[in-house]
Amino acid sequence: MKAFDYLKPDAVPAAVGALAANPDAKLLAGGMTLLPTMKQRLAEPAALIDLAGIAGLKGITLDGDTLTIGAMTPHAEVAASATVAAAIPALAALAGGIGDPAVRNRGTIGGSLANCDPSADYPAAVLGLGATVITDRREIAADDFFLGLFETALEADELITAVRFPRPLRAGYAKFKSPASRYALVGVFVAETVAGVRVAVTGAAASVFRAPAFEAALAADFTPGAVAGLSVDAADLNADIHAEASYRAHLVTVMAKRAVAAALE
Amino acid sequence: MKIRFTLNREPVEIEAEPNLLVADLLRDRLGLTGTHVGCDTSQCGACVVHLDGKPVKSCTLLAPALDGAVLLTIEGLTGPGANRLHPMQKAFHEHHGLQCGFCTPGMVMTAVAFAEANPSPSDGEVRHALEGNICRCTGYQNIVASVIAGAAAMHAPSAGE
Repeated sequence: MKAFDYLKPDAVPAAVGALAANPDAKLLAGGMTLLPTMKQRLAEPAALIDLAGIAGLKGITLDGDTLTIGAMTPHAEVAASATVAAAIPALAALAGGIGDPAVRNRGTIGGSLANCDPSADYPAAVLGLGATVITDRREIAADDFFLGLFETALEADELITAVRFPRPLRAGYAKFKSPASRYALVGVFVAETVAGVRVAVTGAAASVFRAPAFEAALAADFTPGAVAGLSVDAADLNADIHAEASYRAHLVTVMAKRAVAAALE
Repeated sequence: MKIRFTLNREPVEIEAEPNLLVADLLRDRLGLTGTHVGCDTSQCGACVVHLDGKPVKSCTLLAPALDGAVLLTIEGLTGPGANRLHPMQKAFHEHHGLQCGFCTPGMVMTAVAFAEANPSPSDGEVRHALEGNICRCTGYQNIVASVIAGAAAMHAPSAGE
């Protein structure tokens, strides 16, 4: 790993200011993606701005039907939180299936979303629940946040501070994971909310996406059988050594059925 | 930069560049070679240590993260004194939970943290907990048996560690 300057601000404005002043700097959250990337020299930031010193970025609060998770909250805390388990159990289950215990103790929700890995779990929950990404300067609806492969609506010097989830009527997540990395070959998050049914798919394409046909079918009949005959177009899906596009398309239907079944439990 | 932390119950102060990894710090500078580096890509878990009581992969942890923290390595699992084994280490010994032993320090550190919160885990719970620790020798059967036995031993009334 190449040398870098190390900064550890204790407040959000200082972190944003440091990032704005140094375009070659990177924010460090849990480091579970950034540090391996730096070790491979795929990233060589001139400076790291460690967010671990900003106390206000961590924590879980439930206010009425709104669950707010601080950007620096590690996956293990979300997985173990009684508050999350009571409000959105599917979200706690999703967090408990990311990576492995050691990764969950370091990796954070803000880091996962900012990185926007096509196979990450959290984007499915954020898009599937219609959550809101809160930054140092604005609020971004999930539908506007995920733009493409490792690409989000965040500006170059913008910092995620928290994510706000509305409590759904019911929700479920199912993923077919790579046995080596536990990343989702395909993961489907299904939520029935007061505003309607949302279905978000991760792992299958360049970025997480919604499946409107699945949503319409589940709005009419919220059962696994309602989506059994549906499929997504394989033409737009990822193909790699782990799975062909047609197999991923097949998995989307299977995981959608399992996610609905989980939501009904 | 100056980094102060607690290492195996002793205060430590080091001077390090911020790009120093904790696994390299432990092995190359502090001589604690029980923490192993297998893959160096945070997949294999041979480098697992406890940071503030939680298992983390020291090959993917920058030394500055130690500042003000409490670090426990396999060497510090038992208190001072030669040839003492933690109940989890004893269980790995008794149940032959290793062959070459390379992955064992990480396995044990992960297992101890898991077992602290899970006195009588099921086979499936142990396998889920060990997802980040790879063994290329054993097929895991004896490791799972060791962790179940070690968890019981850690919570037995006579467990003195």
